[in-house]
Amino acid sequence: MASLAVTNLSKKFGAAKIIDDLSFDVRDGEFCVLLGPSGCGKTTLLRIIAGLEDSSGGSIAIGDRRVDRLAPRERDVAFVFQTYALYPHLNVAENLAFSLELRGAPREEIRRRVDETAKILGLDGLLSRKPRELSGGQRQRVAVGRAIIRQPKVFLFDEPLSNLDAALRAEMRLELARLHRRLGATILYVTHDQAEAMTLADKIIVLDQGRIQQIGAPAEIYHAPANVFVAGFVGSPRMNFIDGRIDQRGIFTAEGCRFDVGGLTDVQAGESVTLGVRPEDLELAGEREAAIEGKVDIIEDLGSDKFVHLKSAGREWVARVVPETRVNPGDFIRLTASRGRIHLFSGGRRATNPSA
Amino acid sequence: MRPLLRFLAIAAVVVYSLLPFLWFVLASWKSPAQLTAIPPEIVPAFHWGFYRSAVTTYGLLAYIRNSAIVAGATTAVSIAIGALAAYALTRFRSTWLRFYLVVLLCVSMFPQIAVAGPVWRILDALGWLNSYPGIVIAYISFSLPLAIWILATFFKELPYEIEEAALIDGCTRPQALKRIVLPLAAPGIFTAAILVFIYAWNEFFFALIILTSPALQTLPVGIALFPGEYTMPWGELAAASTIATLPLIALTLFFQRRIVRGLSAGAVKG
Repeated sequence: MASLAVTNLSKKFGAAKIIDDLSFDVRDGEFCVLLGPSGCGKTTLLRIIAGLEDSSGGSIAIGDRRVDRLAPRERDVAFVFQTYALYPHLNVAENLAFSLELRGAPREEIRRRVDETAKILGLDGLLSRKPRELSGGQRQRVAVGRAIIRQPKVFLFDEPLSNLDAALRAEMRLELARLHRRLGATILYVTHDQAEAMTLADKIIVLDQGRIQQIGAPAEIYHAPANVFVAGFVGSPRMNFIDGRIDQRGIFTAEGCRFDVGGLTDVQAGESVTLGVRPEDLELAGEREAAIEGKVDIIEDLGSDKFVHLKSAGREWVARVVPETRVNPGDFIRLTASRGRIHLFSGGRRATNPSA
Repeated sequence: MRPLLRFLAIAAVVVYSLLPFLWFVLASWKSPAQLTAIPPEIVPAFHWGFYRSAVTTYGLLAYIRNSAIVAGATTAVSIAIGALAAYALTRFRSTWLRFYLVVLLCVSMFPQIAVAGPVWRILDALGWLNSYPGIVIAYISFSLPLAIWILATFFKELPYEIEEAALIDGCTRPQALKRIVLPLAAPGIFTAAILVFIYAWNEFFFALIILTSPALQTLPVGIALFPGEYTMPWGELAAASTIATLPLIALTLFFQRRIVRGLSAGAVKG
């Protein structure tokens, strides 16, 4: 295992900057997730690190070795593709053994490691099957097995779970977490699925339009988003946003709502700010402390959660309430949020004081 | 009713195509008397004399050997070069792919007669008239574009990620080509090989003008030269034609099975 360092990396297709001067590192043994919407450049970034695509500038180092001018096979990374990219003409054992054979490992060792890897991933009984005879989950396991059998310095995962159905995805997510703990591997993992990012990552890098929006631990990304993009992208349902102004008394006002945000921010009174509050941070309130009042539009009852969509002064708000809450469409309700749960953004960037 | 119509339509096409073939196969087994009998006798006497005289009197075996060498070499060289060219065309500089392929297609559309003169002069200058390399080179000028076209189509269908996985797993480009791309493109390679082989095996015109020495002539030319000034050896012609057709039928049947098997193996996604 080794660390990975990316410095001032960029990639242009013609005039379009796909990746714009990115720098970050992944510590030895760290599970780092690159999270972003489709087209944000995350897969391109991963492919550049693997050597499958050229960069337009910058450097990549694995351990203390600079690798960005090396061929993919010389970088000692493993890559798990979204489509698995198994070798269709080889059976599971041959797929697993492929990289070891290329390196001329002794036959005895290859057999031992194939068996070992198959055991870790529960592929024991499938070694003589061809990829076409496997289910999606099994193919996924073979793809992961092909990566771990090599004991590479860095693992690169490109949306490895996105071709699986929801139940299998959750199961494989857990397995990947276990695998990471067991192997202590350095992993860079690309996904657009925030549940994967939040559950798997030691560190999340949020990417949008080829730029890093925020780097941080999952909790930090969630509870202290650096800007409106991160705040809106992470979290489901999405954070509620509203533009307004803060007056001299520290009261944020906008159409149909008012929040007490005194002392939360250094933004000057009168300047326009964006207030954000997550659905789970909104709670039912009495008449006096109400921040928003509105009419219930739709209720989504998931059993474990109840999401209330309401309209207030023409804007839509979403609040998560405990499932036992008695509320019906058409009801008039009042909501508020505790001060510590309010996010303020000025010019799109986080403007909530760290102490708040 | 519809299946019956379909069967009749297919039967009509098959009979129409196979009738001449059937006619000379039957003719090759007839006795000399049967051959000229009027009215014609359909059922042959299974007389093998024409085969014997085709070999002994007309030197059929030499023609077979020449054809096998020429068609085999043409196929081997076309596929070897064609596979590399098609790989390069489909993997690098994809914007030029269409352009190159269209140019190749145009080249392969030149009528043979248009290039016969230049080809003859070039081979004459090289001293390659009446030689295997001479005829093989002439054939490759037509078979290579064909091979590249077929192979490029197959290579394009292969998911590139499988190859990328191989490159990351430790393959060099040539290794990825050999261990991943070629096995997966096997159906395409067999298809291209069959078509090139059939072309080279049947080719008449270039063989006629390039190979004037009887010792080097291929089957089509050799058979065409069976008739003498005063003789028309129908029986020997039929026997030689039957023999000339057999390898093609055998090859096609043999490769067809591999093509079908290869197709089902390669169709797996990821």
